[in-house]
Amino acid sequence: MASHLLSRVPPTSTTISFSSSSSLSNNLPWPSRRPSSTTFLINPRRKISTVQAKIREIFMPALSSTMTEGKIVSWVKSEGDVLSKGESVVVVESDKADMDVETFYDGILAAIVVGEGETAPVGAPIGLLAETEDEIAEAKAQASSKTASPSPPPVPSPSPPVAEAPLPVKVVSAPIPDGPRKIVATPYAKKLAKQHKIDIGSVIGTGPLGRITPSDVEAAAGISPSESSINNLGSGNVAAAAIAAAPVPAKAATPASPLPLIPGSTVVPFTTMQAAVSKNMVESLSVPTFCVGYPVNTDALDALYEKVKPKGVTMTALLAKAAAMALAQHPVVNASCKDGKSFRYNSSINIAVAVAINGGLITPVLQDADKLDLYLLSQRWKELVEKARAKQLQPHEYNSGTFTLSNLGMFGVDKFDAILPPGQGAIMAVGASKPTVVADRDGFFSVKSKMLVFCIILFEIHLSSFTIAITRAAYKGYFVYSFILATTTLFSMMGLVSDLKNVSVTLLVETGDQVNVTADHRIVYGADLAAFLQTFSKIVENPDSLTL
Amino acid sequence: MGLKTAIIEGDVVGGTCVNRGCVPSKALLAVSGRMRELQSEHHLKALGLQVAAAGYDRQGVADHANNLASKIRNNLTNSMKAIGVDILTGVGTILGPQKVKYGKVGFSDNVITAKDIIIATGSVPFVPKGIEIDGKTVITSDHALKLEFVPDWIAIVGSGYIGLEFSDVYTALGSEVTFVEALDQLMPGFDPEIGKLAQRVLINPRKIDYHTGVFASKITPAKDGKPVTIELIDAKTKEPKDTLEVDAALIATGRAPFTKGLGLENINVATQRGFVPVDERMRVIDADGNLVPHLYCIGDANGKMMLAHAASAQGISVIEHVCGKDHVLNHLSIPAACFTHPEISMVGLTEPQAREKAKKEGFEISLAKTSFKANTKALAENEGEGLAKLIYRPDNGEILGVHIFGLHAADLIHEASNAIALGTRIQDIKFAVHAHPTLSEVLDELFKSAKVSASVSSQISEPVAV
Repeated sequence: MASHLLSRVPPTSTTISFSSSSSLSNNLPWPSRRPSSTTFLINPRRKISTVQAKIREIFMPALSSTMTEGKIVSWVKSEGDVLSKGESVVVVESDKADMDVETFYDGILAAIVVGEGETAPVGAPIGLLAETEDEIAEAKAQASSKTASPSPPPVPSPSPPVAEAPLPVKVVSAPIPDGPRKIVATPYAKKLAKQHKIDIGSVIGTGPLGRITPSDVEAAAGISPSESSINNLGSGNVAAAAIAAAPVPAKAATPASPLPLIPGSTVVPFTTMQAAVSKNMVESLSVPTFCVGYPVNTDALDALYEKVKPKGVTMTALLAKAAAMALAQHPVVNASCKDGKSFRYNSSINIAVAVAINGGLITPVLQDADKLDLYLLSQRWKELVEKARAKQLQPHEYNSGTFTLSNLGMFGVDKFDAILPPGQGAIMAVGASKPTVVADRDGFFSVKSKMLVFCIILFEIHLSSFTIAITRAAYKGYFVYSFILATTTLFSMMGLVSDLKNVSVTLLVETGDQVNVTADHRIVYGADLAAFLQTFSKIVENPDSLTL
Repeated sequence: MGLKTAIIEGDVVGGTCVNRGCVPSKALLAVSGRMRELQSEHHLKALGLQVAAAGYDRQGVADHANNLASKIRNNLTNSMKAIGVDILTGVGTILGPQKVKYGKVGFSDNVITAKDIIIATGSVPFVPKGIEIDGKTVITSDHALKLEFVPDWIAIVGSGYIGLEFSDVYTALGSEVTFVEALDQLMPGFDPEIGKLAQRVLINPRKIDYHTGVFASKITPAKDGKPVTIELIDAKTKEPKDTLEVDAALIATGRAPFTKGLGLENINVATQRGFVPVDERMRVIDADGNLVPHLYCIGDANGKMMLAHAASAQGISVIEHVCGKDHVLNHLSIPAACFTHPEISMVGLTEPQAREKAKKEGFEISLAKTSFKANTKALAENEGEGLAKLIYRPDNGEILGVHIFGLHAADLIHEASNAIALGTRIQDIKFAVHAHPTLSEVLDELFKSAKVSASVSSQISEPVAV
């Protein structure tokens, strides 16, 4: 193992961002079975791409080949301490023993991201090292934004794009006594506040005598109570509760569920990932969205795909690149509206692509997709998918998307509407390309390969009618489409009839794909979206620009 | 031994241990241990189990503890009667050498004489001044063991093994706990390394927070809708630091010897902070430094080692002496245990104590440590969290101290305490075989990994060839 460390060529700066923690575990020598006097080096060579490369992350090292997460036993150094290369910084507990971990770089311990007693998955940043004092403040800011997402659960399953900052405090209607009062919070409430970075002073207490209870903190953090409450069932109810609870293997301790259970049904509670997906989808209900479809001719794209497939390029990469290039010309579609009052234009175009993994859904992000060439993009994509399947994605690899791409074409789906993930401006839903008969202006039929970026112009804001609107519009769309078809058929037939001698019916069969984009109407307007789709379709239909 | 014996019992047979201590507390801890297991969803899931939400009936739990205490009390009474012990009820007072009077309050006293008298009046919970006990919201362990109610938030004053055990019980039953500790470190009596690990496992992940270095200068019980208020002052500067508002407070600041009304002044014995002064053979020493003949004091009342089994051992030592055989109890071989989940146990010296002794007497000490994560049985139970530590002399293999934190620690310590009691050296014990897979292999690991320069001493018994 040691030879790996020595002979490995340090990656170039462009590839650093690809080969981060997945290779980290291979770099570390297997520690010998000695008690805590054993030390070894961690190599925080990953540089954060968006910040000047003076702040380094200290990673949770893999202390054994079986370790997936580690617990910080204690920080040997505190924030603000000067570190020199080779000094012990932190003591980490692995599945086998406690180890001293040294720093590979000189610098100042700017911020402790994972505190004592807390756990982090292998490869996750546990601290930030600043080169000079100036970067300390920057590192601290970075640490607080990074750790705003909930701390990793015992089973390291990364959560899909979740709001980076805690949601604003929900005002609970409880009587607040006048005048300044002491903050009284229960021990668990304080722990939760610390864990979710909530200022305990800002939480309103609803417990006895205005005490801040854990559920108040959970409400302020916007998380649902994860623990089932311990039931003090009172005398006589013990047996009844046990019998009632036995046939239903439910985790939550609700004494009476509101809906009757259909016999034979089983209740399986959400995993953390599924809970996060559910939460995001519910959050999306508060955003006014609309959907624009577009038919896109994919003949040229398919031809290009055949050419570059042997080189490892996937359709996902092609579509992502095309979308990124189109977004470069229409920055408003790459923006987001986080507070309901302003446009937040993003400087990078990060295409998140939805991937179904075992029992869940995650959106690894291809960062700066417009700037990377197709081959690099494909390689990066492959790595991201592997990491996603191994549940090794870092938070910034799944929550930094500015635009999402969702492809169900491989199932044969022709068109669908995707739900806009919170924090983004638009999401593109791509269906399968299929041979389509297309009538052109002259009344000639041709079946073009159309990626039907389907046009459903819906200015629906009320979500209860969202689905209804889709179907209604969809119906309308088909109706429109078929109407067009019908009229052109009619006209061409008429044309045919009137011009019997010059009839030449050329039936061109082309392949077409359906592409639907759902966007946040607070910032993206109909014309913006349509223009974007037009650009996108032009890029796809002239795909040589993709290989540039 | 064939001695005619009588017991003067002022309250209930069994005393503190059976009625207000060991027995009911272990009953409650058994419940809390089970509750914790059933609630730990991810722990069960790792084993492939799924349990519907566990609940408890407070009265049922309290009854389990009370019934157990009654059962043991009755068993004890019957055993004593069966072997011919006279049980005399009443409060006993020493009138003079070999003369005791006893009697129930309001009744006339009886005076009896005996060849030897043993004082074993035990102790009561110590309540520092300023703390008002109302038995409902501000309680001691006596009240807590009855489990009359489970508060949402309880402050436990004192983080020794009693406070720690109660925090285990209350948090398992759904309460939140705040420790108030006068010293700067929680769990001051334990070996510091074990204490640190114990804090990581028993305190940090649970709904417990703490204030150290503070005294609770004043505690007012809950009244008229107001919560229990605890005023905290800095332990050193005595400046007011904070005020806690909680639903209940448990005072676990130690136990005070119960020696009032014993009539010790009649024989010129002066108590020291309430404790009866004794020598290493448990003989009572009077105010002039002379041994009082035929008078012994064992257990909490003498303050040497306030543990039930220490008292028993001291009692046995006294009887040996009474029967003419000299016996001096080696207190360093008496193990102690704390029945939290996971358990903590120890025998001998802590690391700082060992180092101090080593410095004073000029020898080296070494440490051997092993984690329960290396033990097959512990991992099979998915209870790999634990540490065992051996402090020994590498020159002659003497065991100075063993500390265990982990599953069944309280049962595992006896191998070590036996070794210390018999003077067994590491180089001999390391050849003993332990069944596999069992938790006892944790100790086997310790003995086998210790490096002793002395060679194996001569065989104690002839080996049996099979």
